[in-house]
Amino acid sequence: MIQLDFLAVLSQWPALLRGAAFTLLLSAAAAVLGVGLGIACGWARAWGPKPLAAVVGVYVEAVRNTPFIVQLFFVYFGLPSLGVKLSPEVASVIAMVVNLGAYAAEIVRAGIVNTPKGQIEAARSLAMTELQVFLRVVLPPALGRVWPAMVSQIVIVMLGSAVCGQISAQELSYAANLIQSRNFRGFEAYIVATAIYLVLSIAVRQFLNWMGPRFIFGRLPQAGR
Amino acid sequence: MVDFSLWDIFRNLLLAARWTVALSLIAFIGGGIVGLALLLARLAQWPGAQRGVAVYTQLFQGTPLLMQLFLAYFGLALLGVNVSAWVAAGLALTLYTSAFLAEIWRGCVNAIPKGQWEAADSLALSFTEKMRHVVGPQALRIAVPPTVGFLVQVIKGTALASVIGFIELTKAGTMITNATFRPFTVYACVALMYFALCWPVSAYARKLERSFQRER
Repeated sequence: MIQLDFLAVLSQWPALLRGAAFTLLLSAAAAVLGVGLGIACGWARAWGPKPLAAVVGVYVEAVRNTPFIVQLFFVYFGLPSLGVKLSPEVASVIAMVVNLGAYAAEIVRAGIVNTPKGQIEAARSLAMTELQVFLRVVLPPALGRVWPAMVSQIVIVMLGSAVCGQISAQELSYAANLIQSRNFRGFEAYIVATAIYLVLSIAVRQFLNWMGPRFIFGRLPQAGR
Repeated sequence: MVDFSLWDIFRNLLLAARWTVALSLIAFIGGGIVGLALLLARLAQWPGAQRGVAVYTQLFQGTPLLMQLFLAYFGLALLGVNVSAWVAAGLALTLYTSAFLAEIWRGCVNAIPKGQWEAADSLALSFTEKMRHVVGPQALRIAVPPTVGFLVQVIKGTALASVIGFIELTKAGTMITNATFRPFTVYACVALMYFALCWPVSAYARKLERSFQRER
């Protein structure tokens, strides 16, 4: 007979709560920096000078074709031999930003290349600088077009951050591991942690869907879209 | 003390890469079969299938693969099954893959014009005949590029099996690092091998995608 004892796990709720908060913190940092990096790289690939576009292309392909856990180990275990010593938390954020940046670059680029030519020409004819054209005319509607994909990618990166516990960043999966090493309730601990991840992923998705049109790309007049 | 040359590192990683490939194939084929069953259950409109599959998909897409692996590992042990890492990793990755493939393929089926379904119905085709002669062939053509693309995700996903003690490329990298104290070189090699595995697949998926779009 299988006996499950969830109380033994739930009684450790402060550790779980701290872990969940830390997961959110890591993800928030990675989302802000990663989307920023993605926009820069998306610009470079769509509009940038040829050599820069090529370099960014290599970066994007390299990240998209290797597992996150290897990227994380490379940053955390590999870089110190070059003299860069990182705490688990900083290494986690760096790996997440690098990872998200590559996917976001492709997503942003898809949005940018679908900009109607007339809008760019109209903006230029108003004597806007290239930077203004990009930031004020091209980028906001482009982000609007690809926002659902971007939200999905941010959620994927958040779920991927469970791996960061492996380098002892103290996020949710690390908390679950800690609890199961205390009371040997491995299955229950991971069930609870998984349920929390599920709630987090649904909540983050809802939040980003709500936030996007209001704060990221919604300040432009809606006409013409 | 054994000295590892770069070639030794590379050779040992290559040997371990076999298991990455094997696990990927198991997950991909197993996931394909389960995913197809889920899709058919949905299309046949079995009572509860619509909701059930949606919940299933949400569960696997909304939780980390790492947690799914741990749950398979601890859950099977709880059931009294003697778990090897093979079984746990194979099971978790198969279910994970099936959830994604079922969702991808549903999108492909939805892309088929309604008229095709109605035409098939008006010819009084049975469900099996409809799938076999009308919906299946058309959906298959749309489904190939994203399915090949998802294979890359599966290959990358197998890297997480290292965490529950499955000895594949990533785990081998960790073990060799512990023996050689050269993490930079070893993980760079590991990354290179994943790239060598994944990049041709993603390039092929992109090519399929492009030629498919040109056809239309």
